[in-house]
Amino acid sequence: MDSVDATLVNCLQDGLPVCSRPYDDIAASLELSVDELLSRIQHLLDDKVLTRFGPMFNAENLGGALSLCAMQVPLERYDEVADLVNAFPEVAHNYERDHLLNMWFVIATERPEQAGAVLGEIEQATGCRVYDMPKQEEFYIGLKLAV
Amino acid sequence: MVLSATDRELIAVIQDGLPLVAHPYAAIGAQLGLSEAAVIKRLEMLQSAGLIKRMGVVVKHRALGYRANAMVVWDIPDAEVERIGALLADEVCVTLCYQRPRRLPAWPYNLFCMIHGRERDSVLRRLEQIVSCHGLEKIPHTVLFSGRGFKQRGARYVETGNISGHLQRLHG
Repeated sequence: MDSVDATLVNCLQDGLPVCSRPYDDIAASLELSVDELLSRIQHLLDDKVLTRFGPMFNAENLGGALSLCAMQVPLERYDEVADLVNAFPEVAHNYERDHLLNMWFVIATERPEQAGAVLGEIEQATGCRVYDMPKQEEFYIGLKLAV
Repeated sequence: MVLSATDRELIAVIQDGLPLVAHPYAAIGAQLGLSEAAVIKRLEMLQSAGLIKRMGVVVKHRALGYRANAMVVWDIPDAEVERIGALLADEVCVTLCYQRPRRLPAWPYNLFCMIHGRERDSVLRRLEQIVSCHGLEKIPHTVLFSGRGFKQRGARYVETGNISGHLQRLHG
C-alpha cells in the first residue's frame, strides 16, 4: 500500500457520487486513469484493507435491528463460548476485550422483535448472561480517520 | 418508504459491492433489465429516504496498521450526555460515538466511543488530552482494548426477498 492508496482510501471514505461515471473525479484527482483506479480498489479489496465497497445501508431504516452485546465468559471456556456465539448467523462481529465483560459482539436481526429470542438462545447455548445495549443515540462523526 | 420489488432486486444485486467498471450503474441495470438512468434514480431515492447512507467503503483498521482499537466508555449524568457526546464525536480520533443503556450493576457506562490508533500508548495519550481539554476529569470512564476479532463478515441485506439488516461498522 503506497501513498496513492492511502489517499484513495480517504477519498473513498467520503463516498462516491451516484452518477453515470462515479469513478472519474477521484481518478482525476489522483492523476490515475479509471482503469488504474479500479485496479487499485480491487487490490485493496483483495488485501482486505477494504472489507466492503459499495452501498452503506442504514439497517434500522431497512427495518432491521442491531444491538451491541456483552458477556462475562470464564477464561477457561472462552474459545468454546466464542465458537458457540459465532455459530449464530445473527452475530456479525465479535471481539475479545479486556474487561470483566470480556466478549463483545453485535447481533443483527431482520426485525426488532427477533432480537430477544436470539439473545435467549445465546444465553441457553452458552450458559452466560447476555447484556444487550442497543444504541439510543448516534452522535455524528464529522471527520474521517486519517490514513 | 415501502420498498418495491425492483428496489429489493436492486439491493440484492448491489449489496455485495459496486461493480468495478467505468459505468457501474449501467452494469447493474443490465443485470436487472433497467436503464442506467433508472438505476441511478432508484438509488437516489433510497439515499434520500435514508436506507442507503452513501456509496463508500468499510476500512479494516487493523489492515492499515491501526492495531490499537479502544472502546472508551463513560458514565455520564443523563442530562450531560448530549453535550459531551457531541464533543467527543467531534474529536478527530473518535470514529464512532453512541449513547447506550446502562446495565446496572454490571455495567454503569452510557456513552461509548471508539478510538483507533497505531499503538495503545498513543491512544491513551490522546484520551488524556481529550479528558483535560474538555474538563472530563470527574466523569468515570474506562478503556477496553480489543484482543482477538472473531468474526467480521460482509453485510447481507436481502436474502430471498426479505430485508435483513446487518451492520456496517463495529457497533452499528
